[in-house]
Parts: sequence; structure tokens; C-alpha cells
Amino acid sequence: MTAGFSTRLPGKWNRDMRLVKKHPLAIRWFHWINFPLLFLMIWSGILIYWAWPKYGFFAIEQTTWKKLGVNNRLAEGMALHFFFMWFFAVNGVLYVLYTWISGEWRELVPNRHSLREAWQVVLHDLRIRKEPLPPRKFNGAQQIAYTSVVLMGVGSLLTGLAIYKPVQFAWLVSLFGGYQTARLIHFWLTVGYVLFFFVHVAQVVKAGWNNFRAMVIGYEVHK
Amino acid sequence: MTEEDDVQRELRRLTRRGFITGAVAAAAAYGGYRWVRSGQRVGGLEWPLRRVLQLNESLAEAYFDPKRLSPNFRPSDITRPRANGHIGLVADVRPEEWRLNIEGGVAPVSLTIDDVRSLPAYEMITELRCIEGWSTIVKWKGTRLVDLMEKFPPADRIDYVSMETPGRAYFVGLDLASAVHPQTLLAWEMNGQPLNWHHGAPLRLAIPVKYGIKNIKRIGTIRYTNVRPADFWAQQGYDWYAGH
Repeated sequence: MTAGFSTRLPGKWNRDMRLVKKHPLAIRWFHWINFPLLFLMIWSGILIYWAWPKYGFFAIEQTTWKKLGVNNRLAEGMALHFFFMWFFAVNGVLYVLYTWISGEWRELVPNRHSLREAWQVVLHDLRIRKEPLPPRKFNGAQQIAYTSVVLMGVGSLLTGLAIYKPVQFAWLVSLFGGYQTARLIHFWLTVGYVLFFFVHVAQVVKAGWNNFRAMVIGYEVHK
Repeated sequence: MTEEDDVQRELRRLTRRGFITGAVAAAAAYGGYRWVRSGQRVGGLEWPLRRVLQLNESLAEAYFDPKRLSPNFRPSDITRPRANGHIGLVADVRPEEWRLNIEGGVAPVSLTIDDVRSLPAYEMITELRCIEGWSTIVKWKGTRLVDLMEKFPPADRIDYVSMETPGRAYFVGLDLASAVHPQTLLAWEMNGQPLNWHHGAPLRLAIPVKYGIKNIKRIGTIRYTNVRPADFWAQQGYDWYAGH
């Protein structure tokens, strides 16, 4: 057990039921602030993508855009994107700084056991493997997923900067293999967030109310 | 009273506090968003959004360095050109009747295309990035705007240069640093051919430190000014700076 006992509730627990601190206040704020910001970045990104929707599977016909009511909103999309990018970036940077300084990263960053454990989690979720999941705060699959999504965030900021100011940051553009490649990476990272979101929500639903509530109140009930 | 009741009570208290805080924060965030989106519109954009675009512009201008160049490409990198806007253009180009007017100089200037073509010529192969997202690699030949400005200097200290098509159907505003950037060309040739009317014959702007919208075609008038000039797309919700 790495999750600590409650520090705020000395003696207020017994064998049957106790409250255990799970997520620090700062992490909960970063998490819930990020949620609408990521949504707004994706939404405004879709408004931008409308103007040249040519990326493979996501090449979407103009009739479809019109049906969805998201056509001819490029200027609005760009203005929103270049407004909320600051909040998104600052929140993300503060989150990384916090996890680093507080030592929370130790629970989040994958270690040499994470990959094997992640495979066991996948087998468990597919109901192939019956043994229970490791009773730690974050299992290997979570460590890999949560660390990957933060690295994807770094990737979005850097590819975003490259395509936002491709002359001033021409070195960054060439690092990503050119303007169009940087733009494509920026797009596919977003597809990655959407996939992450659906898997994340499905896992939260599956894990249940106690787990979800912990992301709001910070404590989890252990029995 | 058992200890379990204490835990239950504490859990209820924490849950109530946590979800009320969350609801208040969510309502505040939504209210903030509605406030931003209900702001009075400036150039087709709610003023808080416009204000942040201007803040972004200040940062970009502070970071801008004229020594940073848009990358040069090889001739084999040139892609099929794309014409994406015909506002202010006419199919019936009569180069002999066309004039480039310069306003805001010590005296009004009116140049023929041969006058412009007699200025020092430069070639560059650069990426033209459209605000829509696509880009093309184009070889341009033309004269530097900065050379023209030195030959026909402004009468006063200026902060901006504006350009418009004859009749002012299309017009762009440029900050001075971008206007005098060494890669800002008044171009008469594209991919080794004289400009055709779709691409702005007889003279257009090739300015790789800006999005395509600022690369005005069929320039009729260049105006030096210290008043921030109007810009066709900035009036329709786009960023005035639109710089790279």
C-alpha cells in the first residue's frame, strides 16, 4: 500500500471503513481546469480544421460540416485557439511543476515494471485475466497513459508553436520535419486526446463512484 | 455513536464541500466564457478575444527578429501553385495602364511596371502558408519592399505600411518590421513565369513572414502611415498581425 493514511482524520477510522487521502488539492484543480480547456482547444481546433479538412480518414466533406453547423468559423476558431492556448499551456506547465516538486511524479512516471503490469491490466479489463489489479494508486497502465498524455501535451505546445510562428521558430519547424508535418502531428495528437478521453471515461465509469469522487474531494473510502 | 458514523459524517461533509466547490467553479467558468463571447465586437470579434490577439501581437513583435528568415527551398521542392482569392483582381490585365502609386512619401510617386522591374531583383523559394492550413512552395522574383522604401522614403517617421488593389476592393495593413523584412518582395514573377491575373499581375506582395492573406495581389497603392491601417480580413474577425 503506497496510498497514505488520512492525515486529517486521526483516529476516525476503524477496521471496517476509513477515508484515505488520494489526490492532492492542486492535482484536482489542474485536472478539472484542464478538462474544459482541452475541450475548448479541440473545439476551436475543429473550427480551424474546417478550412482545410484534408487529413486522410478525417477528410470531411463540406456538406457534412454544414449539417453540423461548424462551417465558415475559421476566424472565430483561431481567436478562441489563441486565447485559450495560454490557459491550457499555463495550467499544464503548473501541473508538471507541481508533480515534479511535490514528488507526485514518483507515482505517475512508469518504471521498469509498468509495461508488464499494463499488459496484465489490459488482460484484466478484457476479462481474460482473473487476478485483481495491483492495489496501488496508479497501476502500470495508468502510469503509461497519464505520462503519455502529458508528453503529448508537450508535443502539442511545441508543434503548436512551430505552426503558429513558423519563421521565428523555423528551427522547431525543421525539427518536426517541416510546416505541414508539424501541423499533421499537431492534428494527430488531438486525435490521441480524444481516444484518451473515451478510454479514460470508460475506465472511470468502470472503477465506480468511490474512485470518481476521490478526484473531486481528494479522499477515497477504503473498506 | 460509532467510529463508522464519524467516518460517514466526515465523508458526507467532504463530498458536499467538494461538489459544491466544483459546481461553483463550473458556473464561474461558464459565466466567464459567456462574458467573453458576449463582448462587443471589434472587427467581427468579441473584444476580449481581439484584445488577446493584440497581446499576442505585442509578444510576437517583441520576439520578431529580421535576421530570422523563412526557410529557403530547392527548385525541386516547388509545388503546384494555388490561387485562393480573387477579390480586387481583374482578368483583363493591362500592364501598360497599371501604375504603382506611393502615398505618404515626400512627394506622390507613380511608377510603371517597367520602373518597378528596373529596381534590384531578388529570387527566393519560400513557403506560402495560407491561413486555411494549406501551403505551397513558390519561387518568387521581385524587388525588396525595403529597397523601394529607401528609394522613395516616407515623409515622416512611420509605424505601418498599407497596400491596396486599384479601387481598394482588397487591402492589407503591415507592421513596419514585417514590411522592411529582407524577404518581403514586390514580385512580378512566380515560378519563373510572369504573374498571371489569378496570382496578382502585374505586381503582388510576397511576404513569407505573414499568412497568405497579407500577400496582396495586384497592388495599386502603397501608403506609408503612422496610423494602424485597416485590413480586409482583420475586419472579418481575423488577427490583424497574422505574422509568422
